[in-house]
Parts: sequence; C-alpha cells; structure tokens
Amino acid sequence: MAGAEIEVAGLSVFFPLYHGSARSLKKTVFAAASGRLAQDRNRRVVVQALRDVSFRLGVGDRLGLIGGNGAGKTTLLRTLAGIYEPVMGRVRVAGSLHALLDPQLGMNADLTGRENIMLRGLYGGLSKPEIARLEEDVIDFAGLADFIDLPVRIYSSGMVVRLGFGLATAIRPQVVLMDEWFLAGDSEFMEKARARLEDMVRGADILVLSTHQTGVAREWCSRVIWLDQGAVRADGPPDAVLEAYLGHPLPPLAVEEAA
Amino acid sequence: MDALVLPQPSAEARLPVLEFQAGRPGQQGGRLLGQDLREGARLWRLAVTLGWLDIKLRYRGSLLGPFWLTLSTGAMVGSLGVLYATLWKMNVREYLPYLALSQVLWGFIAMVVSEGCTLFTSVETLIRSVRMPFFVHAQRLIVRNALVLAHNALVVIVMFAVLDTWPGWRALYALPAILVWVVDGMAIGMLLGAMCARFRDIPPIVGSLMQIFFFLTPVIWTPKQLPPGLNWVMLGNPFFDVLEVARAPLLGAWPGTHVWIAALVFSALLCGIAWWFLARARGRIAFWI
Repeated sequence: MAGAEIEVAGLSVFFPLYHGSARSLKKTVFAAASGRLAQDRNRRVVVQALRDVSFRLGVGDRLGLIGGNGAGKTTLLRTLAGIYEPVMGRVRVAGSLHALLDPQLGMNADLTGRENIMLRGLYGGLSKPEIARLEEDVIDFAGLADFIDLPVRIYSSGMVVRLGFGLATAIRPQVVLMDEWFLAGDSEFMEKARARLEDMVRGADILVLSTHQTGVAREWCSRVIWLDQGAVRADGPPDAVLEAYLGHPLPPLAVEEAA
Repeated sequence: MDALVLPQPSAEARLPVLEFQAGRPGQQGGRLLGQDLREGARLWRLAVTLGWLDIKLRYRGSLLGPFWLTLSTGAMVGSLGVLYATLWKMNVREYLPYLALSQVLWGFIAMVVSEGCTLFTSVETLIRSVRMPFFVHAQRLIVRNALVLAHNALVVIVMFAVLDTWPGWRALYALPAILVWVVDGMAIGMLLGAMCARFRDIPPIVGSLMQIFFFLTPVIWTPKQLPPGLNWVMLGNPFFDVLEVARAPLLGAWPGTHVWIAALVFSALLCGIAWWFLARARGRIAFWI
C-alpha cells in the first residue's frame, strides 16, 4: 500500500472580513497584525492568514509548527483537515485523516456523553458493533461511570476534557493533525493521556503538531516549520529551527527533562 | 490498548485523498459539490440521528414531548377553522380538513425555509472543528422537520376520522410529491444556508417574504373563493404548485397536470440555482460563518 502523504504547494489562505463594521474592524486588526491586511480584487479587506506555504511530508514524518499567537498554525491545520479550502495553491492529503483541533470536537453539550460518542462513530462511518466498542473504550478511558448518560453540559471541565480526549484518541488514522491543547492538562490525567496519545501517534504515518512549547516540539518532531505572520520563516531539523526561533542556543535535551 | 481502527484501505484500494487545487472555482466547485453530496448521502445514518436528537432535545424533560406540537396545531386549526367557516359561510365538513392539511403542510415549508437560513450559521463550531459534508446538515433539516410534520399529521388524521372525509386511494398520488418535497427542501436549505452565511440581511428578508406568500398562497382560503378575475394571484407562485401536488391527492383529488408541470419546472429551477450558487460558495462557507 502506498503510504500517506501530504503535499502543500504555494498555499495561501485569506480571511475575508465581511461582518461587523469593516472600517473600525480594519483599524483594530491593523494594529494587531500590521502588514497582513490587504485588499482583494473586489476591494474587500482580507487577512492573509497563510502566505505561500509549501512543504511535503511522507511516511514517518513528524512535523512541528511553531510560531507566536496568530502566526497561522491553526489555520494551516484546518486547511490540511479540509475545513478551510485554499484560495491559492495546492493541498493534497493522502491517507485516512484525523484532526484533533477543538477540545470539544464539535460535541453537543446538551446531549449525553453516550449520544456524543454515537454521533462520532456515525461520523466515522462505523457500524453498530464498532460503535459499541468505541463506546466501551471511551467510557473506560474517561472514567465517567454513570455520568455517561447525563448531558455533557453538567460535566466538570475535567470530565469534558477526558471525554473529548478519549473520543479523539480512540481512532487510528494514518495522518494525525493535532493542536497543542491536547498536551495541556492536569498532570495526573496527562500521564494516562500521554500513553494513549503516544500510542496513537506511533501508529500514524504522519503527525503535524502545532505548539509553542519548544520542549514538546523537540521531543515529538523530526522537523519543525516556524510560521511567522502566515509565512514560513524557517524549515528544518528541530534544534536548528528552534534555536533560530528562540534566539539563543538550546539546552541539551537531557538537562531540560531533568529540570 | 483496544482502540478502534478506521476502515483502512486494502493493498489494492486507493488511499482516501483530500485534494484542493485553487483556480477555476466554477469547474472545481462543481466537482467538489458532487463529492460533498455523495459523501453526505453516505452519512445518512448520521443525519437521521442528528435530526432525531434535535427533536428529542427540544422536548427533553417535557411530559408530552413533541405531542405538544400536535396539541397546539390541533387547537389552532380547530378554532381557526370554525371561525373562518362561520365568517365565510363555508361547509365546516369541507373546510376543516382542508385548513388542517394546508396548515400542517405549510408549516413544514415555512419551517424548512426559516431554519434553512441558519442551516450553517447554527452549526458553526461543528463546521470549524471537523470536515463534514455540508449536505449532512441539509438532510438533518429535512429529517427534523419531517418528524415535526409526522406529529402534526395526527391532527389531520383525527380530522379525517371525526368528519369521515378520508381521501381514499387517490392519496397515493401524494407519493411522488414527497420526493419533490425532499429534494426541494434540501436544495432550498443548502441555498439559503450558504446565502445567509454570507449576507446576514437575507434571513429577515426571507421572513417577510414568507409572510407575504402565506397570504398569497391558498392556505387558509381556498382557490374557489377567488373572484374569477383574480386567478393570476396563484399563477407563478411556486409555493402554490409545490403545495398543491401534495395537498390535492390527500384531499382525494388529482392536482392537475399543469400544476405538476409547474411544480417540476420550479423545482428544477430551484435545484439549478442552488447548484450554481453552491458550486461557487461551498468552499467559502467555513470562512463566512
């Protein structure tokens, strides 16, 4: 079987600003993201979320995306996931894909945990017995017990995270797209979660991870792209790119772990 | 760990591929829209479950649940029917079933149109967190409103039983009309959903237009009541033809070939416009909401 593959060539994504008062909004955004506003053919104000991004990933690649807030990391993940369709350039993702973008993963807070699991299963095209297995697996991991038949709205925030995490990591895709929130959480839960996440990532052909924790990028990734204001600022092995990003040499990995 | 494995393609099968090539929006848009419809249709079980859960949620914790719909429709039709039959000096036995059926069917049309306006804006977090065919939302809209219609239909059935005005075997003529309604409903939902995501002024405009059409279309009044010179009011009103192909058979009559032809022409126009617009707009919906 041909392996999974991601190909991105000359990708640009613009966000049109339609709603609200365009003029005052224009001023506000100008202050926040100077140099990234432009006008398209129809003289609409657009934000250039991604500008001419190109890269190629094959089986075994672990790509980290770093950059400040609003650098375009999440937009790039959403574009790879097929949520945003590009205005310029080319995106091709071969292989079954799973995007862990939103902690709630589109969960409906008014539905029970069990109903949310069922919807996920149906979305994945699973059969009835497969959905039953998914349910069992997630309930077991999330430790929700009787809460599973109550609306998600009344869950504690920790329970919501556990449910969302259990659900998101129950699926074995070839391509994993992951936002950094997945690595944030209370330490007790993280120990359990990490093993499960690592298991999923190991099984995947390609990982694209967005983070601004350099430790995570060094540990998980074999290649790092530094995005700055929507454009690729640097692309290469983690240590080289991270040193350029931080502006100072990195401590040896072992020392950082001991700290 | 016992985790699920996504249906993996076999050695010979091709990998699932997600591909976008910018440029020539019309041409690529049509291909991607076709793909959206195919993939959406494959997820019909998800759409049915979502629509069913919508109703369940709306009435969670209520004693009668969706049968409140039945009750309130029954109360309205009963009181309105007696009132208008008296005012217009009409035969109650003829007018009541007509009004009940018309109200219930119009209720479906009006709800599909008004909920169609928020088809995509109401599921904005879902659209931004997972890639899901937009067609799923249109199917969900139809399933949800068909369930409402089924509860309201009880009023009509009770009316038929009490007044003993069963339509007979001619009611079967309504079967092809159901197909037209499902297709039209999904087309108008997708079209309005996309247009309203882009232009936020459209929902109130649609709201007032529907109010006008409610009065222009024979729903509470009957075509027979129109003075001869005023028949043109129904001519060119798409709602009349689409309503009539379903309503006439359920009252035991044949809607007339010209009505069917008009209904089909209007439906084809609607689907054509919806296709044209969505082929261009579909890829932009995620940016608009």
